[in-house]
Order: sequence, then C-alpha cells, then structure tokens
Amino acid sequence: MPEQLQIERPQADRQQSDRAQSDRAMIEIRDVTRSYGAFKALDDASLTIREGEFFSLLGPSGCGKTTLLRMIAGFDNPTSGSIAVGGQPMEGIPANRRPTNMVFQSYAIFPHLNVEQNVAYGLKRLKLQGGEEKRRVEEALAQVSLTGLGKRLATELSGGQRQRVALARALVMRPKVLLLDEPLSALDKKLREQMQVELRRLQQAVGITFVLVTHDQYEALAMSDRIAVMFGGKIAQVASPKEIYQRPVNRQVADFLGGMNFIKAEIVEENGASLTVDTLGFGRVKTDKPKAFVRNGGAATLGIRPERLRVLWDNATAKFEVAGTVVERHYFGEITHLIVEIPGLEKPLSVTETNDFGADDIPVGTPIRLAYDPEALVAMGD
Amino acid sequence: MRARRFLSGGWLSVYAFLYIVFLYLPVIFLPIFSINTAPTPKFPLTGFTLQWYADLPHTPALLDAAWNSLKVGVSASVLATVLGILAARSITRYRYPGRRTIHGLIMAPLVLPEVIVAISMLLVMLQLGLSLSLFTVVLGHVLVCIPYSMTVLTSGFEGFDRSLEEASADLGESAFGTFRRVTLPMVAPAIISSLLVCFTISLDEFIIAFFLTGTEATLPIYIWGQLRFASKLPGVLALGTLLLVASFLLMTIAEILRRRAARRTQNEGGLYA
Repeated sequence: MPEQLQIERPQADRQQSDRAQSDRAMIEIRDVTRSYGAFKALDDASLTIREGEFFSLLGPSGCGKTTLLRMIAGFDNPTSGSIAVGGQPMEGIPANRRPTNMVFQSYAIFPHLNVEQNVAYGLKRLKLQGGEEKRRVEEALAQVSLTGLGKRLATELSGGQRQRVALARALVMRPKVLLLDEPLSALDKKLREQMQVELRRLQQAVGITFVLVTHDQYEALAMSDRIAVMFGGKIAQVASPKEIYQRPVNRQVADFLGGMNFIKAEIVEENGASLTVDTLGFGRVKTDKPKAFVRNGGAATLGIRPERLRVLWDNATAKFEVAGTVVERHYFGEITHLIVEIPGLEKPLSVTETNDFGADDIPVGTPIRLAYDPEALVAMGD
Repeated sequence: MRARRFLSGGWLSVYAFLYIVFLYLPVIFLPIFSINTAPTPKFPLTGFTLQWYADLPHTPALLDAAWNSLKVGVSASVLATVLGILAARSITRYRYPGRRTIHGLIMAPLVLPEVIVAISMLLVMLQLGLSLSLFTVVLGHVLVCIPYSMTVLTSGFEGFDRSLEEASADLGESAFGTFRRVTLPMVAPAIISSLLVCFTISLDEFIIAFFLTGTEATLPIYIWGQLRFASKLPGVLALGTLLLVASFLLMTIAEILRRRAARRTQNEGGLYA
C-alpha cells in the first residue's frame, strides 16, 4: 500500500497569512554594518520589510538582531549603510522623531505613572483637542483588553498586564512600524503561547508593520509572515516560516529551527534546479537544489526533520523506507522521541512519532522500519 | 548545639540589651537633665521644669549661631547634593576605566580622620588667601557631606532602568522633556533624602567648623563655648536635646525617602514581576 503516503498534498509554501499584504517596502535596510572596535555586531546586512507584514528577526543571543532593531528605532546608528522607514532615510533622525514605536523587553513602564498616564505619555506632546486624547487611550486599552484598569499603578500589574500596557502605549501613537524586543521572554510558557496568538491577532487587526526580535523559533514560526534568521551579525536566510523550517539554507539554520537529521551524501549529478546524490542509508536521492547552494567538492549534506520519518507498523510497507534498530526512547506526552540506528549511517536518526499507535511502548532493541517522503530530504550547504 | 542553646537561652538577649544601653544611655541623660530643676546634672533629680527651654529664645548669641548653622547647612547640602547627583549618575550609568577608583576616592573622606581633614583644609584656605568665614565652613562641610550624599543617591539611581528614558524618547519626548517627566520624578525622593542627610551632618558637625570658621559660630561651636560656664549647662542640655530630636527626625525622613526611591527604581516589578 505505497499510496498510503501519497495522500493529497496541499500546495507547498502557501503564504501563512491569509490577509492580503502589500508588496510595498516599509523598512529598507541597505548594507548596514555596526562595529564596536574590531567586533561587528552587524555585518553588511540588507533586508526589506514589507508594509503590513509581521516580520521576525530570529537568532541566538549576540547575533545582531537587537542591534538591528535598535538602529531602526534610532537608539543606535549604523557604522555604515542606510536604513529607510516608509521611504524616508533615517540618517540623522533621532528616536523621538521616527515613525516607529517600541515595546521594550523590560516593558519600561513608567513606575510613577498609572496605566492611563503611561498610555497617554506620548500623546501629551501632541496636544490633542476635545477629549481626543482620552478617546485614543480608551481605544488602545480596549485593543489590549485592559479596559477598566486605567487607574492602576504600574506596580499593581502582573507581568502579562505590564506587557499589554507597553503595547497600548506604543500602539496609541499609531506608528508606521511597531518594534518588539523579545516581548514575551519574561512571561511563563502558558501566558507566552496565549500572547503569541493575541499579538498575531492584534497585528492583523491594526494592520501595522510589526518587527519582532526573538530567540524562540516557535514564537517566530507561529507569528510571522516572514522570518530573517541571523547568526554572528549576518542574515542567513529570509523566508516564510514554512520555507525556513522545511528548506533551511544551511545546517546552522536547520539546527536552530528545531531537530534535524543530517546525512552525508555524494553528489552524482548537479544541474540547474536539482541535485542527485548517493547516500548510504537512503540510497540515491534527487532533491531540489537550494538557491544558495555552493558546491564543496563532491560532498553534500542532506537533512530530514525527525517528524518526517514515520514508523511502519506490522507488515505495512512504503515506497521509500529505511530499516534500523531502536536504541533509545524518550517519552514527551503527546509524542515519543525514538533514536534509531541505521546500518551505514554514522549517526543514528532522530524520529518523533505521535503516540496514537503505541510508539511510546516500542522496546529498545526492536528492529524497525521507517517510511519517508524523498521530498522531505533537503540538500543544504554546510 | 550546647553552645547555641547557651547563647540563645538568654545570654544573647543580655548581650543585645547591654549593647543598646551602651549606645544610647549617654544620649538619654541629655533630655533627662534638660528638664531637671537643678542646674547641675546629677542624680537624684530634683523636679520637672521647662525653664531651660523657655530661656533659649532669649539668648541672642544662640539665635545667631542657629541662623549661621541654617545658612551653612542649606548651602552645604545643596552644593554637596548637586555634586553628588553628577557623580552618582556617572557611577551608576556609565562604565569607564577608573570608575571604581574614582568612586573610592569620593567615598574616602568618610574614613579620613576629621581633624586631619580640618587642618589640611585650613592650610589650603590660608594658602589660597581666603579669610575664614561661614563660606569656608560650607566648603569644608561639602567635602564631608559628599560621601553621604553619594551613598544615598547611588542607591536611588542604581537599577534605574535605562530603557525608561529610551521609552520616553521613543514616544516622542525630547531629552529635556524626558529628564523632566521621567528621570526627575523617579529620582526626586533620593535627592530630597540626600539634602536632608547632608543638612543634618552639617548641623551637627563640629571639628571642621571649629577650624574653618572665623568669628561666626555654628550651633556646635556655640555649645562648645558655653561648656566653660557651669551655669549655662542646663541651657546647653536643652539645646542639645533639640538638636538630637531634629537630627533624628531628619534622618528618619531621609531614610524613608531613600527606601522609597530605591523601591521605585529597583523593584518596579521589572523583568520577572
């Protein structure tokens, strides 16, 4: 029954967002470098963020994502290169005159002011007429579900509420771009997941360009229209969450976005769009060639995500399968993580399997067969 | 185990009690004898009177001294606090080579023998050709007050989340507006606390004032002068009691304000509230 695997496949790489986005650029970053002495916090980064987009800068700490965000906000300046927001070059424009607003990692709620006064802080300078200020504060508080808490002091709020105040305080200014510096990192897991959904919903509702800095890949995947993955001051890949996850350009990106099995391969044939390789465990595989693929002699690396390997039960067979032995089993509630040794592969494969059919009961040492879809095998640069 | 029981079973409390007695018994005598009818401070007490207090406002020399002390105290506390603000801001906000050394040097007058500081300052003033006056006393007091001012202010400024000022700028406020609307209200309690502490120290300070004043006496110098006359002792005791109460009150208010300032900047809920 090889067809079992070939269930109808939805169109790959469909835009995650269902809302129409404009293709107009909101933020244009051109060859931006930020050096501190010999150290380059950001190294020749170029990036275009579109109008109305939820864009994430994802990477480990020290990768330059916060530096980039702070330069967009105007708290830091590029050593070289240029940044434009809404078509306007930002060079020489201080933070207080930029069309951006920021949600700080520490939230930076003014402790001597109450919620309303915090939200109205930036409006005070605009000298709005006839109750307009009050109306906008109310509206912003409603947007973040804080209606009725206006008179509370900052010290009387929970972490989640403080975050909402920080959001309202920025949104009330109606910026062209909202910058979010790791806004969820101080919240506990459950609240964080809830806020991810809310932030995404809020962004869709207000239609403002959001730029989020995060080191949490799930956060970036769950919320963004597009993600830029950064390492060591350089932008490694810019793509939709699905493409980043399924077609990482290199091992570093693949690794950062969750588990990935890496398999050594020999290049048999290379042409414009595809790559044919020989592997020890998976035999001869033909895959798409990544755009940024740089041939390094005759060797290449293939990757397959642990959840793209499925356990074949009993006598089930698949068109593409590999056989091995379970050497470790780790239980995670809804899924089980199996480590499977495959003859010929230098490293055992990681497999995640849902527990519907009893993957959590497979004894260590059991011979096992795994089905895979050759399209899930992606070639990548090292 | 035995040793612990031995200590906690009464002996520790006895020690603590004696400790407090040693600290405060001498101070208690002052108010007690200041309301005693006998002009000499000795037991048994002879009777209750507020006579010595009532006489105080009728002593012109005392009023002059009080006025001098007020002038010196206000000037010294304002100057020391302004200098303290600048130094504390630099120490808490910026990282630069020599930061710790500079901090140490600013705090050093706290442990220098005061009489040495006084003599050195006297020499410097004379070398500079300044004639001794209340002004030179103010300069001396600024020197001794700055370490205290620094202690109060750094505890108020420390942990001042820099992103608060950035948030203000981000919301469109200018640098001056940010200072007025965010920085100042946040650190105001610490500044007031510093003013009160410095004023109290200046009010009570004797040695430096003694060396650096010309003909004008501050309150402690006036008291010192009166001690030569046995008959003036009850008045000195009454005045001393008033100074004691004033210092105690000022320091208490200062400490309350300092804690409030520290709470504002540090425990404002922060990252993990």
